[in-house]
Amino acid sequence: MAGLHKSDLPNPVLNWIDSRLPIITMMQKEYGVFPTPRNFNYFWNFGALAMVTLVLMIVTGIFLAMNYQPNTGLAFDSVQHIMRDVNYGWLLRYVHQNGASMFFIVTYIHIFRGMYYGSYKAPRELLWILGVVILLLMMATAFMGYVLPWGQMSYWGATVITNLFSAFPGVGKYIVTLLWGGFSVDQPTLNRFFSLHYLLPFVLIGVVFLHVAALHIVGSNNPLGIEPGGPQDTLPFHPYYTAKDSVGICVFLIVWAAFVFFAPNLLGDPNNFIEANPLQTPADIVPEWYFLPYYAILRSVPNKLLGVCMMFGSLLVLLILPWLDTSRVRSCRFRPTYKWFLFAWVISFAVLGYCGMNKPEGIFVILSRVATLYYYAFFLVITPILGKLERPLPLPVSITQSVTGRPLESH
Amino acid sequence: MADSSASTAHGHSAGGHDSTGTTRRDLLDLVAGAGGAMLAGGIAVALIGSMNPAADVLAVSSVEIDLSPIAVGSGITVMWQGKPIFVRHRTEKEITEARDVNLSDLRDPQTDASRVKAGHDQWIILIGICTHLGCIPLGNKPTDMRGEWGGWFCPCHGSQYDTSGRIRKGPAPLDLALPPYAFESDTRIKIG
Repeated sequence: MAGLHKSDLPNPVLNWIDSRLPIITMMQKEYGVFPTPRNFNYFWNFGALAMVTLVLMIVTGIFLAMNYQPNTGLAFDSVQHIMRDVNYGWLLRYVHQNGASMFFIVTYIHIFRGMYYGSYKAPRELLWILGVVILLLMMATAFMGYVLPWGQMSYWGATVITNLFSAFPGVGKYIVTLLWGGFSVDQPTLNRFFSLHYLLPFVLIGVVFLHVAALHIVGSNNPLGIEPGGPQDTLPFHPYYTAKDSVGICVFLIVWAAFVFFAPNLLGDPNNFIEANPLQTPADIVPEWYFLPYYAILRSVPNKLLGVCMMFGSLLVLLILPWLDTSRVRSCRFRPTYKWFLFAWVISFAVLGYCGMNKPEGIFVILSRVATLYYYAFFLVITPILGKLERPLPLPVSITQSVTGRPLESH
Repeated sequence: MADSSASTAHGHSAGGHDSTGTTRRDLLDLVAGAGGAMLAGGIAVALIGSMNPAADVLAVSSVEIDLSPIAVGSGITVMWQGKPIFVRHRTEKEITEARDVNLSDLRDPQTDASRVKAGHDQWIILIGICTHLGCIPLGNKPTDMRGEWGGWFCPCHGSQYDTSGRIRKGPAPLDLALPPYAFESDTRIKIG
C-alpha cells in the first residue's frame, strides 16, 4: 500500500501501529541503536537528568494545580491546605519546590559540560542556542512559579523584577502596566502568572524535543572533543547509556529525596512563610539561589537601565559563544591555558551568587563589579583572543586509541 | 566485530558463558525492573492518593436541626455533606400507610420501623437523592406533586416513593437512603 512505512517489527499489532506512525522505529533508532561515543564521562548524564526533572516537575505541578487557588485572598492558604489537608500534599509540594532547585543544579552542570568540552562549537551551534532558550524558559517558569504561594518574598520579588522593565526609556512604564494588568502586582498578575506557569513547561517540552533532534543530527560531543571515526568509536545508546543514565538517575533521585525528606526548606527563604503584605517590604528582598548571580550583576552598577541591560546581556552573551570562540580545539582537556580561565569564570559565577545573597554594600559592591567584569571579559575578550594565541595540546588520534590505549586494528 | 566481543567477554563469572542459562544480566534486568516498578508504584500511590478527599473534607461535618418549627404534615430540606436531606413531620395517616405494607410488594423491601427511630416514628429523615440517576425528588413543599403513595415524586423519570421513602413505581432500584442521625432531644436531631 502506498505511503506506509516499512516496519520490521515482528509483533503484528506493533507492526500495524508502526507502519502508520513509526514512533517505535523512531525510538529504536534514536534511543536504541543510536551510535554514541564510547568515552562519555558522568558529565554526560546531566541532560537526561534534566529531562527526568522536567517530567517530574510537570507531574507534581499538575497535581498541585488541582488544589491551588490563584486568588490573592486564597493562594497562601491553599498552599497550607495542600501541605496539611491534601493526602500526600506535603510530598507533592516539597518535591516540586526542591525540584526547581534540582532542575537548576543539573542545568548549570550541563551548561558547564558544554563550555568545558566545547560542545557549543560547530556544528553544534544551534543545539547550544536551543539550550540557551531552554535556560531562559526555565528561568521565566521558575520566577512565575515562585510568585504563586503569595508569600512576602513571592510578592516583593515579583514587584522588584517586574519593575525592572520600567528602566526602558519611554515605553517602560506601559510595559510594566501591561505585565501587571493593573497598577501593582495584584490579582490579575497572579492569575496570568499561574496560567503562564502551567503553559511554559509544555513549551519547554517542545524546545527540548528540538534540542534533542538537533543533537541527533550532528551526534553527541565527547570528552576528547574529536569526532568519532567510525562504529569502533561508538556504542549503541541502549544498553550502555540507558544503564549508565539509570545509575545517574538513581543517585540524582537520592540527592533530591535528601532535600525533600530531610531539609525541604534549606534552600528557601523564611520570609515566604509570611503572607504577602503590599504595605510592608521585607528587610532584604532576595531571589531564590539560582537567580543570585544575575541579581548581583543587576545591582553591580548604580544605573538602573545599565544594570538591567547587563543582567539580560549576561544571558544573551551565551547565545554568541560559538562565534566568540576562535579555537580550533573543542575540549578543554587539550586547552591547558583556556581551561583555567574557564574555572575562574565558574568561580566568578559563584562569587556573583554570594554577592547576590548580601546587601549591595561594602565589600560586596567591589566584589560584584570585579566578578561582573570578569564574567563579561571571559566571553568578549579572553575567549576570542586565547582561541588564537593558545598552543593546544596535541589531539589524540582516535577515541578508540585514547580509550583502549591501542591503535585501531584494521578490519 | 572482534573488538566488541573481546570487551564484553571479560568480566563474566558464574552462569555467564552459556546463552541457555540465566546470566548476571538477567538478574540485573530483573532487579532494575523491579526497582523501577516500585518507584513508579510509589509515585502513583502519592499522585492518585492526593486526589482522595482531603482532611478538611473528611473532617466529620454534622448538622443539628431544631424540629419544633416543623408542623405536622410538612417537611424541610437541609444540606449535609453536600447532599439534600429531607426532614418530614409525618401525619398519622402517613405513618399508618407506611406501616401497612406487604413487604413482598416492595422492590427494595424494608419495614417502616427500620427506617425511623423508635418512639419518633413521626419523623422521617432521608437523603433526598433519587436512587435512579440522582435528581432531587419533589414532595417537601406543600405545592409539590407527591405521587400515588403520597410520599415523593421524582420529576426526571417518574420514580415514586411512599411516605417511608421506599421506591414503589418508576425506574429507581432502591429506597431513598438514610443518613446517620440521632435524637439529642425530642425536638433536636444531629445528622452525621
